[in-house]
Amino acid sequence: MTRALTLLRRRLVGSVFVLLIVVIGSFLLLEAAPGDAVDAYIVSTGGDAGMIELLRHRWGLDQSELTRLANYLWALLHLDLGQSVTFSRPIRDVILERLPSTLILMGSATALSFGLGSALGIYAGARPGSFRDRFLSIGSLALYAVPGFWLGLVLIVVFAVDLRWLPIGGIETVASAKTGVARARDIAAHLVLPVSALGFIYLALYLRMMRAGMAEAWRQDFVLAARARGLPRRRIVLAHVARNALLPLVTMLGLQSAQMLGGSVVIESVFAVPGLGRLAQEAVAGRDTPLLLGIILVSAVLVIVINLLVDLAYAFLDPRVGAGEAVA
Amino acid sequence: MSGLPISRRGLLAGSALLLASTALPAIGRAQTPKKGGRLIVAADSEPRNLNPAIVASNGVFFISSKVVETLAEASFDGKDGLQPRLALSWEGSADGRSVTFKLRDGVKWHDGKPFTSADVAFSALQVWKPLQNLGRTVFKDLEAVDTPDKLTAVFKFAKPTPFQLIRNALPALSSVVPKHVYEMGKIEDNPANNAPVGTGPFKFAEYKAGQYYRLARNDAYWDKDEPYLDEIVYQVLPDRTSAAAALEAEEIQLAAFSAVPLADLDRISKVPGLKVITKGYEGLTYQLVVEINHRRKELADLKVRQAIAHAIDKDFVVKTIFLGYAATATGPVPKNDPQFYTADVPIYPFDVAKANELLDEAGYKRADDGKRFALKLLPAPYFNETKQFGDYLRQALAVIGIDAQIVNNDSAAHMKAVYTDHAFDLAVGPPVFRGDPAISTTILVQSGIPDGVPFSNQGGYKNADLDALIAKASETLDTSARTGLYKEFQKMVAADLPLINVAEWSFISVARDTVGNIANNPRWAVSNWADTFLAG
Repeated sequence: MTRALTLLRRRLVGSVFVLLIVVIGSFLLLEAAPGDAVDAYIVSTGGDAGMIELLRHRWGLDQSELTRLANYLWALLHLDLGQSVTFSRPIRDVILERLPSTLILMGSATALSFGLGSALGIYAGARPGSFRDRFLSIGSLALYAVPGFWLGLVLIVVFAVDLRWLPIGGIETVASAKTGVARARDIAAHLVLPVSALGFIYLALYLRMMRAGMAEAWRQDFVLAARARGLPRRRIVLAHVARNALLPLVTMLGLQSAQMLGGSVVIESVFAVPGLGRLAQEAVAGRDTPLLLGIILVSAVLVIVINLLVDLAYAFLDPRVGAGEAVA
Repeated sequence: MSGLPISRRGLLAGSALLLASTALPAIGRAQTPKKGGRLIVAADSEPRNLNPAIVASNGVFFISSKVVETLAEASFDGKDGLQPRLALSWEGSADGRSVTFKLRDGVKWHDGKPFTSADVAFSALQVWKPLQNLGRTVFKDLEAVDTPDKLTAVFKFAKPTPFQLIRNALPALSSVVPKHVYEMGKIEDNPANNAPVGTGPFKFAEYKAGQYYRLARNDAYWDKDEPYLDEIVYQVLPDRTSAAAALEAEEIQLAAFSAVPLADLDRISKVPGLKVITKGYEGLTYQLVVEINHRRKELADLKVRQAIAHAIDKDFVVKTIFLGYAATATGPVPKNDPQFYTADVPIYPFDVAKANELLDEAGYKRADDGKRFALKLLPAPYFNETKQFGDYLRQALAVIGIDAQIVNNDSAAHMKAVYTDHAFDLAVGPPVFRGDPAISTTILVQSGIPDGVPFSNQGGYKNADLDALIAKASETLDTSARTGLYKEFQKMVAADLPLINVAEWSFISVARDTVGNIANNPRWAVSNWADTFLAG
């Protein structure tokens, strides 16, 4: 328990700095992009010089970059994410509205790729070099090489348009007024395709990693010892070889969470899922700096939390990890 | 009546129809309107402000025109191309200083309060004139709106204003919003901007960001028989390929504004139960234009501009980029405009030899590598077709020895580069013709426009004669004299080429067979859909 707390404390202090760097960096980057929120807005409406000036003033874009950054950080200190210019609403509300879709999409996709990937990896790694090992390795690599949007489109054409088994997009049936279990089933049906598109691509990573780790472990002395003790093969595979190969996968899980957020931008657009990824894309296109900063902040916090959980899991799986910290 | 199904054979017929006079009635099997049902429509964007009185743009109208009505709507066969909505009649005075509107009786706002001339006066003076993107220009001289009784509104102008202009502006610029909702607080911050209250056939019911908008039937609509539909749901589908898939999967029944890409139309027109409709956008013509930066010494030379015009194969552009769903352009007014268009202008047939000759004459000889000079070309990113035309133009210019380098930007960056920083030599833009050259067309060539104004002359072009003509037309009251001046305007623009008009196009709708009364006016997608119905 103390070990976990120490880890938590250290991480929190480090995280604040990480977040600060992330916020300032993103702000400067977005400011460096040509055009501002008014330019992005006026594309769809047109308008004369007076109107443009009026809008710049109303949206606070006539202030200097430094003033805006200072204002933003000051508000952030009070846990205020500010007002979105694209939505004319508080950013906190806009993000909270989209967060559940992304979390459920990412969570399910991660579970799918991690679960299925490591299971297949164990299956392949149980007999390295066998036919099933080669077949799975090549198959998963092929999936990994497929662009996410394309896989998404193929899934839509096959399962939604031709077979009509599943809905083509959205997070739930629009304006359906469903509640309770019916709504949950509806959401689940809508998630099948996007989760598959997102999950199958990353599946290869876990599969390959698990398989490679196991191939390595087979050559270790403790496996030889286990075999010498006459343990059943099944037990050797699961309790000795696979368990030892599992650790790097957990590390990967943490790293992957950040990538998954990026991948969801594409998948959310293809499947019209109202999530954070699509929101981020809209924020960039609309040059809505505070909104994008809010999304980046929330994503950064998400990644930090996931990595913290991964570290805790790591410490749990491998007692050697963090032993030093516990003493300190 | 339903729309016109298009096959590959019908392509040419389709583009001819697009151009044909606006009085063609829709062809197709007759269906009797039926009450009830939910129409699900694809929406590709979510406008941040849904108040059409402030933001007069197609993206906003697509949703809001069903909720908030205008004084008049465009019509294929009505007098002056109009049909009454909230106004029953409109009359301009001889001196151009007043326009009298007689308003419809018995109209109620969605919250039950009666609609009166006070609402019209409020909308015109407090919203259209000071806040609306287009109204700020058209209604700039509006001084007062008198309301002698509840059903009469008299617009008073400080300077004579052509009645023809006001008339042509009615369908897009005259959305009436309720005074009692907007008079408290700042109009720009009013919550009704995101949940509009109007007099239209549908009430704004619900908006789920990133998912859908829902409009519900207004039972107290002034036309007792309408609307037919119970609900309209706009499903947000941001990906360009998903609208076609959703139509095929029968999850939506209509995709307007070319939500189905042109390249997919041929395939989708063969899907049983779906129809492709090219009508219903005659009043929303987009123009494919090469914008020119006249600050570049080479481009300031008329011969060079003529050479560029001769180097563009407009027929090829229409056939290959627009797949036939467009028409070649001759000048700044589109061919399908019933009032102003004239074909009597200088034309620039596709002629590479002539183009080369003109460039030689202008003194820009080919260097040893075959190139004369290099240019920066910025295609607007808003449409696939503007980007594709950018690629085409680069190749066409290479043939005549002009080395065009393409600079790709996203919307905001393109806006800044072209209209504020003038960091371009040539740009490809899609300005909109809005039924009268004075609304958004003369601004494309007129001088003296401040930096940063989009879809305006930011190329540094200055022609005193053209400026004088535009000024004269803006204060000419007589309709035929005014129309004559705009014909003259087209000739001058085509002769001096401040910009090069290449093609004119509009949008395509794809709908299920069951959707009735589609495309029955020239601005159908952005009209009120009171008579749209779902059969069977």
